[in-house]
Amino acid sequence: MNWVIAIIKVVFIWTWCLLWATVMTWAERRGSAMIQDRLGPNRAGPFGLFQPIADGIKLFTKEEFRPKTARKILFNLGPILFAIPAFSAYAVIPFGDKIVIGGKEILLQVADVNIGFLYVLAIGALAVYGIVVGGWGSNNKYSILGGLRSTAQLISYEVPWGLALLAAVFVYGTFDLRQIALEQTGTFLGFLPNWGVFKQPLGFLIFTVAAYAEANRVPFDLPEAESEIVAGYHTEYGGMRLGLYLFGEYVNLYTLSALCVTLYFGAWNLPYIDMSKFLGPISYGIASFVVFWLKVMVFLLSFIWVRWTVPRFRYDQVMRLGWKTLIPLALFNLLITALFIQLTV
Amino acid sequence: MEVRRPTIEDWDNPGDLVTINIGPSHPAMHGTLRVIAQTDGETIVSAEPEIGYLHRGVEKLGEHLTYHQFIPITDRLNYCSAIANNVSYEMAVEKLMGIKVPEKAQVIRMIMMELARIADHIVCIGILGVDLGAFTPFFYLFIQREEIYEIFEWYNGARLTNTFGRIGGVEADLPEDFEERWRKLLPNLKKAIDETDKLLTHNRIWMDRTIGVTAFSPEDALSWGFTGPCLRACGVKRDLRKDEPYCFYDQVDFEIPVGKHGDVFDRYIVRMIEMEESIKIIDQAIKIYKEFPPDAPLMAKVPKIIKPPVGEVYSAIEAPNGELGFWIKSDGSDKPYRIKIRPPCYMVYQAFPELVQGEMIADLIACLSSLNIIAGELDR
Repeated sequence: MNWVIAIIKVVFIWTWCLLWATVMTWAERRGSAMIQDRLGPNRAGPFGLFQPIADGIKLFTKEEFRPKTARKILFNLGPILFAIPAFSAYAVIPFGDKIVIGGKEILLQVADVNIGFLYVLAIGALAVYGIVVGGWGSNNKYSILGGLRSTAQLISYEVPWGLALLAAVFVYGTFDLRQIALEQTGTFLGFLPNWGVFKQPLGFLIFTVAAYAEANRVPFDLPEAESEIVAGYHTEYGGMRLGLYLFGEYVNLYTLSALCVTLYFGAWNLPYIDMSKFLGPISYGIASFVVFWLKVMVFLLSFIWVRWTVPRFRYDQVMRLGWKTLIPLALFNLLITALFIQLTV
Repeated sequence: MEVRRPTIEDWDNPGDLVTINIGPSHPAMHGTLRVIAQTDGETIVSAEPEIGYLHRGVEKLGEHLTYHQFIPITDRLNYCSAIANNVSYEMAVEKLMGIKVPEKAQVIRMIMMELARIADHIVCIGILGVDLGAFTPFFYLFIQREEIYEIFEWYNGARLTNTFGRIGGVEADLPEDFEERWRKLLPNLKKAIDETDKLLTHNRIWMDRTIGVTAFSPEDALSWGFTGPCLRACGVKRDLRKDEPYCFYDQVDFEIPVGKHGDVFDRYIVRMIEMEESIKIIDQAIKIYKEFPPDAPLMAKVPKIIKPPVGEVYSAIEAPNGELGFWIKSDGSDKPYRIKIRPPCYMVYQAFPELVQGEMIADLIACLSSLNIIAGELDR
């Protein structure tokens, strides 16, 4: 029985991520249009909601073009290497508390592993291979430049990212993401919700900045800076191979937002209200799922908002920000957290 | 701070450098420019621009067309501000023939030229934003540019290639509701400029990307023949509207903004302020315009077939990009013997290799956009 539930959960969260990645492409276009005094795609379906479907069909039916000079294996491998980590990273992140059906308690999480944290870090670090391999395999100067930029950027920002997360681990004392979520109930200092963001404000800031860099979003979209290096690592890609890169990016965004919500914004917990007290076992499960999802959506929308507001960094500025600002800050944050815990516990 | 810029001699083996062919098919090259860049990683060691992708033989065409037939060709020089090109050419022919243009026509020319200047600067600043990754100001500004084009369309039916004016005056009076339309446009235009200013000018990322990037000294700028906003950004107060006034520029009150360092930021800010000064000029010009009776002449007495006396003439105006001059040699026939155009872009673009050397690829794109290189007048 357990494996049936596990398969249902895997399929569900996979389709769920894919669905919202798809909706995100629509939200990005409509959202940017709203910011820029335009209308955006509004022809296909209500509010243009079917636009992503049309885009998907277009990408699927397009010719899978591969330049003659490209390295065949690497060129094919790139998008796959990029998409697989994006989809698999979500496995350990909860998407709700638990649901009780027929006396059986089902955790709303694919795999509840006690090192979930390290798993996310490890899988997230793999995504860079997809970009590098794709950029290298294309055998195009712009692609290689994009791949180079992304290697430097992703590796540089993994460090402050990991350090910020480490400080959060200090606070919660566990690597288990479900345990971290459960810790964030009740209040902190008597009046604030007991959320990570209030215990780790600096850590949250570093995490957010690094997350933008990890996701290749403006202002850190150098690997695909359109006006400079055409389309960066995916210059030579078209059809569904390009689709995998684009989808992978949005799935990455969903995962990063979910991680941020789990660590810093109380996962499925509402401030001051304990939903499990007055909701039935099934409705509580659904409610926790919806609350979690809504919080993720806020972060996803903030990604769109920032993208259409600020210009792009230059390569050396990205490196300077990463190594000279974020890493010292993250180390400082780690030191303060450690000192605080040492003195109080 | 003096930054040492690497040159190609620094490499024992120049083969280690990567040659990147930026353009002509590249998002930031507008389809018509090409730069062959030698790069060391992201740093540009040498950049060699190649021009001529939009060469249409405009000057040669002029030798086979009558004086009036050449006006639509001038539209295609700097197509972002066609009116300035038209007026510059017409003024050159008028100077050659010694025609005195009626004052009302001069005011109309002035108003339209300043509108064209705003439209041109909008294109430059919008594209600069897009090339630096800031998409949104582009749309805020372009909506207002569209409104300016509506005014052009209301005037003579054309939007981009206006073919404005005739030799000896202008073809038509301003539409009756011109001032009304301008008043309606003005608050939105000011708001768009203001919003762009808020989004970009004091944005930390924008400042990091533009301040000190491709800075140029006034001496270098002068020796390369810079004119217009690029020269003023270097700190040289040179503007033909003030120095050699034409139309009614000596009767209106406006400031000439100058920068200090000649970097991308200064070029951007000079253009931003110039847009506001242009608004001031238009407001004053409309006041002057209203003093003329509705039936005041718009055309000087010009023969049906234009046959200037034998001789040559050079006449220049301050186009949005800088000094736009026409040199015309006449042999007394109804077609010019030779037309030579002095486009501002051509002089500015010559300094491009020196400007971008030692900067990064992203700066090359920013520099190109901030210089506002328009291939139409660069290649002619």
